[in-house]
Amino acid sequence: MNKYDAIVIGAGHNGLTNAAYLAKSGLNVLIVERNPYIGGATVSRELYEGWTYTNCSYVSSLLRPEIYRDLNLARYGLQVVPFGGGATLTQSGDYLGSYTNHEVKRREFARHSLHDADAYERFSTDVMRYCRFIRPFLLRTPADPTSFKPKDLSELFFLGKNLYELGEEELYEFIRFFTMSVAEFLDQYFESELVKAALSGSGLIGTALGPYSPGTAYVLLHHYMGDIDGNVGAWGFARGGMGSLAKALAGALQEHGGELRTDAPVAQIRVRNGRTKGVVLESGEEIDAPIVVSNLDAKRTFLKIMDQKDLPDEVVERAQNFKIKGSSGKLNIALDGLPEFPQFPVGCPLIKGDLHITENFEQLERAYDDWKNGTWSKWPYVDMMIPTLTDPTMAPPGKHMMSVFVQYCPAKLADGDWTPDKREAFGQTVIDAIATFSPNFKDLILHTEVRTPHEIEAEVGLTAGNIFQGDLSFDQLMFNRPFPGYAQYRGPVKGMYMCGSTTHPGGGVMAAPGANAAREILADLGRENITPEDFGDD
Amino acid sequence: MRAQYDKEHFRKHSLPTPFYPRMAELSQDSSWHCWKGYLSADYFENVELEYFAIRNACSVMDLSPMSKYRIRGQDAEAFFDRMVTRDMSKLKPGRVGYSVWCNDQGKVVDDGTIFRFGEHDYRLCAYERQYEWLMISSAGFDVDITDETEGVAALSVQGPTSFAVLSKMGLSGIETLKPFGIVHFPYHGGKLMVSRTGFTGDLGYELWVGGSKALTLWDELFEAGKHYGIRAIGTHALDIARIEAGFIQAGDDFTPANHTIRKDHDRSPFELGLGWLVHLDKPNFTGRRALIREKEKGSRYRLVKLDIDGNKPAHASYIFHGRKKVAGVVTSAVWSPTCKQNIAFASLEVAIDDPLNDLWAEIYYQRELQWNRVWQRCRVHDEPFWSPPRRRATPPGLF
Repeated sequence: MNKYDAIVIGAGHNGLTNAAYLAKSGLNVLIVERNPYIGGATVSRELYEGWTYTNCSYVSSLLRPEIYRDLNLARYGLQVVPFGGGATLTQSGDYLGSYTNHEVKRREFARHSLHDADAYERFSTDVMRYCRFIRPFLLRTPADPTSFKPKDLSELFFLGKNLYELGEEELYEFIRFFTMSVAEFLDQYFESELVKAALSGSGLIGTALGPYSPGTAYVLLHHYMGDIDGNVGAWGFARGGMGSLAKALAGALQEHGGELRTDAPVAQIRVRNGRTKGVVLESGEEIDAPIVVSNLDAKRTFLKIMDQKDLPDEVVERAQNFKIKGSSGKLNIALDGLPEFPQFPVGCPLIKGDLHITENFEQLERAYDDWKNGTWSKWPYVDMMIPTLTDPTMAPPGKHMMSVFVQYCPAKLADGDWTPDKREAFGQTVIDAIATFSPNFKDLILHTEVRTPHEIEAEVGLTAGNIFQGDLSFDQLMFNRPFPGYAQYRGPVKGMYMCGSTTHPGGGVMAAPGANAAREILADLGRENITPEDFGDD
Repeated sequence: MRAQYDKEHFRKHSLPTPFYPRMAELSQDSSWHCWKGYLSADYFENVELEYFAIRNACSVMDLSPMSKYRIRGQDAEAFFDRMVTRDMSKLKPGRVGYSVWCNDQGKVVDDGTIFRFGEHDYRLCAYERQYEWLMISSAGFDVDITDETEGVAALSVQGPTSFAVLSKMGLSGIETLKPFGIVHFPYHGGKLMVSRTGFTGDLGYELWVGGSKALTLWDELFEAGKHYGIRAIGTHALDIARIEAGFIQAGDDFTPANHTIRKDHDRSPFELGLGWLVHLDKPNFTGRRALIREKEKGSRYRLVKLDIDGNKPAHASYIFHGRKKVAGVVTSAVWSPTCKQNIAFASLEVAIDDPLNDLWAEIYYQRELQWNRVWQRCRVHDEPFWSPPRRRATPPGLF
């Protein structure tokens, strides 16, 4: 059959979520994926025999538990296991650890600054206030502030009510917060350079900005607002790698009769008389459907797989100017054993968490300077994890897998295009930096997958390798994501929708954009809403 | 300032206090909880016996986990006067005062006791950790602030024979120590400070020494008290006594303002029944303006002491007005073994001049796994439920 009710382009987690809800509603849905495997950037592949790589995204916290539950993802094999620990290592052989026990964590902070140990309580309370504010919006369609439709007015009222609930003083702070840099935000609480550097990472991940750049405070919040089983701010591993998440969503999709086609790259979304007609694959095959949903980022959607003649000029222009900068790379390393980090006492649990090697803002800002100069950071920010210490499925017993998120790494180099040699040099920079802290690390390496923004764009399809499908800056959030006037998941052509993290509420493996887009599509079709409501924090 | 921990501190969540070796010997069930990072006993043998040690003989409780700060300097008095709600010029050297301190919104950050050792030398004992708050509050004042939590060990010695025990220990002159007074003794080459303070509403003292003298103090105290019914107690017994005495507990009866995430979950001193600690006639202190406004416009809540019919403690019960409209919720409740009353504190959402004559508690209680529910009438009690004359007698009696 070559005719469907809806076609979803891209089997990343949002595309799969969207397709699953459309199928669950009873629509005849096809999801097409250009790669021979599904997952997009939530993917796990075996690149070295016996080792499961979690190739792109590597940890989970923001995945909406409402969707997890509603789509029965546990039945299809998804399990998110929280990890303990984490540390920022210093050149002097010390570190700041992040322990799961509150009192131990406090003593660890006090080891560096008594003031900061207490200040962390105030910081956590404030961040939690903001999280509480923002979380209810994740599974809602942003209001259009220029519209007088009852639905938009009621959403604006909801926004107003939540702002009021913050309280007068907090409202001032919250508004400042959106345009602050993470450094300025943290300076309000802490005195220790190490404490500040350790906490600032969440404000920089995936973002082509430095610690002193305005807007990075929000990025920090974006990484704090998730939860695991109600434990807000906690992160975990998807058992079996992030690919388990895509597999579970595909399971839910197929349960409801949705179809999945891999190796099916879309050449174009077909439009006739201002209406979507379906897609044409690169193979030339045409597939008809009155609804086409793009899980690609806004730039790729409007500039690559749509004919610009079918689009309003404004949309083409907005897409051209859409901020989607590449800032990060990834190393996935198969290890013959557990690397030693001699700065940790024997039995110290910190190694089970995320490890970092940038100990002050100066280092982070210099790392960003390198990016501005069109090269990768000579001393990079890394978010490095050994998931095999928590998840027994990723490597043979006694062997380990290391996932290293690296920043900064530009999409375009000052001295020309990325080449395999430059990619290897980038990888070597990272390995050398890690080896400074771990004497046996290099000897344990069996295989390394090095991914620069170039590979991420080429393989996953994220423009410039941007992990959020578009910068999380204030001008591209809420009713401005991806563009003003197009934040309610509807494209400029009738029957065309967007469901990727290029839309509200953005990236981080939430699956919320996919579900939110499904809600709007079902509404347009006059069908009952079956997407879940927020559990509600009170 | 850094704390003196090494990397190995992670091996135990809760650290032992200097008295731990003696307490561990006495603890029948190793029943401990974490009190601000230290092991604190729930009870040693039997909560009831420990409670009656407070009211009948002499109880000893380890206070060492209490957050303790030393504040010294030319501006120390001015600093406290600016930070806390109470008029600190009235607190003379050698005296202790209880107070609360607020944020700029006039909401209680914490409560605690302030010990004035000398003209320019104070100690603050607080429920929450306050180092950062003290730093913020001390801007512009010539004061030096150190965290003494680790270095100073403390025991609370409370009960009708507590004076006799301390006398027997040889602390001469203690008979003239008045409530909220401080006296220092030389002690085995160090110093022992005794204050006539406590959290039980009874005759009692608190003993403060350097950590290295802690076990000596414990041993001498128990030796002196062996004919006076001395007994180590845990926090469960203390909790009964402090409710009887009408003392609120941060974390139970209110959430300190720096920890409230939700709007209106914080409390002002007026809303906690602590208006007597607020001296609005002071020229300036943190939260003053907001408290003046509250005084004019009225408070949102009111903390009351309730005497409840029946004998089922009203733990976490809703309090109703006329059995219909929710008026608030119980924050602490207990059966008082001394007063033979069913007592509680409740935070009510009522204007200060509302009549409080038709209050009811909806009490759930369990018998053999089955839940039952009763309605009981509540009467507001203005005074502490228990406040014996011996609490203030100077010199105190021997029992």
